[in-house]
Amino acid sequence: MRKIFFIKPNISNLNICLPVGSFLILLSFLDIFLNTFYNLNPSFFIIGPVNKVLPLLLGMIGFYLIRIEYSGKKYLDIFNKKINLNNFNALCTLIISFSIIKIMPIFLSWFIIDANFVGDNKDACTGSGACWVYIKVWFERFIYGMYPASEIWRINISFILIIVFGLFGLFSNEKIKRYLILYYAVVYPILAFIIIYFLVSGGVFNLEWVQTNAWGGLSLTFIVAFFALIFCFPIGLFLALGRRSKLIAVRYVSIGFIEFWRGVPLITVLFMSAVIFPLFLPSGVYIDTLVRAIFAIALFEAAYIAEVIRGGLQALPKGQYEAARSLGMGYWKSNYLIILPQALKIVIPGIANTFLALVKDTPLIFVVGLLEIVGMTNLAKTNPKWLGLAMEGYIFAGLIFFLICYVMSKYSQSLEKKLSSER
Amino acid sequence: MNNKNKKYLLQSALILSIVSLFIFFATNAQINMSNRGLQFGFGFLNREASFDIQFTLIEYSRSSTYLRAYLVGLLNTILVAFFGIIFATILGVIVGIARLSKNYLINNLASAYVEFFRNLPLLLQLFFWYYAALRVLPLPQDAGEFFFSSYLTIKALYLPALRWENFYVFLTLFIISIFLIIVTKFYTKKIQEKDGTQFPIFLISVAILLILPSLSLIFGFSSFSIEKPELLKLSETTYTFEGGLEIPPEFIALLFALSLYTATFIAECVRAGIEAIGKGQKEAAASLGLNPNLVLKLIVMPQALRVIIPPTTNQYLNLTKNSSLASAIAYPDLALVFAGTALMQTGKAIEIVSMVMFTYLLLSILTSVLMNWYNKKQQITEK
Repeated sequence: MRKIFFIKPNISNLNICLPVGSFLILLSFLDIFLNTFYNLNPSFFIIGPVNKVLPLLLGMIGFYLIRIEYSGKKYLDIFNKKINLNNFNALCTLIISFSIIKIMPIFLSWFIIDANFVGDNKDACTGSGACWVYIKVWFERFIYGMYPASEIWRINISFILIIVFGLFGLFSNEKIKRYLILYYAVVYPILAFIIIYFLVSGGVFNLEWVQTNAWGGLSLTFIVAFFALIFCFPIGLFLALGRRSKLIAVRYVSIGFIEFWRGVPLITVLFMSAVIFPLFLPSGVYIDTLVRAIFAIALFEAAYIAEVIRGGLQALPKGQYEAARSLGMGYWKSNYLIILPQALKIVIPGIANTFLALVKDTPLIFVVGLLEIVGMTNLAKTNPKWLGLAMEGYIFAGLIFFLICYVMSKYSQSLEKKLSSER
Repeated sequence: MNNKNKKYLLQSALILSIVSLFIFFATNAQINMSNRGLQFGFGFLNREASFDIQFTLIEYSRSSTYLRAYLVGLLNTILVAFFGIIFATILGVIVGIARLSKNYLINNLASAYVEFFRNLPLLLQLFFWYYAALRVLPLPQDAGEFFFSSYLTIKALYLPALRWENFYVFLTLFIISIFLIIVTKFYTKKIQEKDGTQFPIFLISVAILLILPSLSLIFGFSSFSIEKPELLKLSETTYTFEGGLEIPPEFIALLFALSLYTATFIAECVRAGIEAIGKGQKEAAASLGLNPNLVLKLIVMPQALRVIIPPTTNQYLNLTKNSSLASAIAYPDLALVFAGTALMQTGKAIEIVSMVMFTYLLLSILTSVLMNWYNKKQQITEK
């Protein structure tokens, strides 16, 4: 490009290049802007294919003119460094900003300007945009599934109870702290199970019995993810230890187990839990579909957790193992006091990522007929009164999942940073 | 009791408990199946399947056997996984490099893409593409030509097809030319190691690949004609396209979802791999007088690949396994055809689900063996 232009922009001709360049860039953006919002074509006098690429061309020349190294102007230098490093960079900048200007109004009008917010049936949706009335009407179903509307307070109360019990660890003093692991590993899951079993499922204390296939929506996502998370961690821990065990049988059983679960898709595991597993039980014994699905997910993710923890175990220097042994500690004691606290600390981000994957895998329970929030939106769109609103439902479910997963992943990243700075 | 005996006791107890669990399951299964009048066995594979499959790569009809249906499903799975891996890799590498760009906009756009697509469940993305995004496409009669007489309609993507005659001649020459390229690469490398002469290997390879197979076309041993999709009127209001290549929307949606989702993970692998290369390496290469392109090709990439390949392999495996989500949108893959329709018809739950699971297991093991081999080749050979 340098050969095409007669001027080479540098600090000596800054006073000419900067205004001319800025003006050209302004022109190019003005052209695109008028084009998008007012349907005007200010460059109508230039015909042919040049017209189409005119803003790009103007912008490129402008960016070339203001690309002055060490100009002495602070903001210009920052600007050049950030988005105007070379010709290719400038082209990318222009294309991206033009696309954003072109696409933004379409998005905005669909999401907000032309969208409908008020009303309670589909006829209220007259605009060409999104029909958020649909989300409003179906909101309860998306959150609670087919759970009877009069009984929804039970889900709310049990969730609050579970959260309150989960926060116990924060208010503990030194004396109780040593029992915290015991509490979270054994007592808390049992407690949570009892709450869900008696309060959400019902059947006792004059509470109406609600079958698990009526459960659904976001609350089911939370229930499945919560229990699968709680179960998969200890199983994965023992599998990881088993894989590094010196006992051949233990090692190979662990390897076989881990590799088997890691080699098959979750959907087939759920198929197995749905159609094969009942065949394996003595006749008359029945385990609920939801419980089977949760165990299938837990076993599946446990194999992944095991591999993550194994990475942490391998990363520890051998000296740690030897030091623990030379202090006379046995296998379990050295693992519990020396090895695992360090190994787990290393792999916290990995564990968080696996947990994230688990949360994202919960919608797959649709194959056993359970509909959490994604399944629920998928079902709602087939309702004859609300046809053609698939997009809105998926966007709603997507937003919720994105919020959950984004917070989780940001938290794991901050943990990673915190831990890496400590070492 | 001494330590050694304890170990043996522990291990035998473990094995015993696993074996007894299996026996317990097996006996229960036997009792349950005989109660329902079912028999264990793979004999059903030779029976007539008598169901239709919409999208097949090999010949298949209602009168084909279950084994044939299994093959159809398997091939469909492999097809979508193959193209998914290719697209995910291309997109992932581009986005991974873009995340390292010094340009503020490119960098943030790539980050936004990664953060957005990796934090949404794949199933939701699949539903979105299939039930929401692809449903706004035009009907066949309204569809405009967008690329070499290709038509993207709500029914399918219609592409012009190549109809071959004597395709095997072309194919043999193609395989021979690949073989030749490997041989020339081997020899030129030997010569270069001996006296330092460099050859434009890339150009030679392209030339061989272009010239040799086209010889068969020039001399008329094999030929092809382009078949364009034509709009056909079925009735007053319904139109369709005839001829050409018809790619069903299920396949497109699945491919979109799989590659967009997996590309985010591959992008992270690529970024981590390139970031893992020390700055000193690039500076050392630059001070040796290599230009930026050569630095990337000779110094950065070979080292970065060692870091990138193992996690990327995992992502390829994940993509293959995730392709089983196809059953949610009725793309006839292995899970849908076999663990869905065939299971429904025969009721052979144990046989079919275990067959499907072992097929995926085998695919996973094959891929990981292949990638481990490649990885080993790339590893530093320490002296």
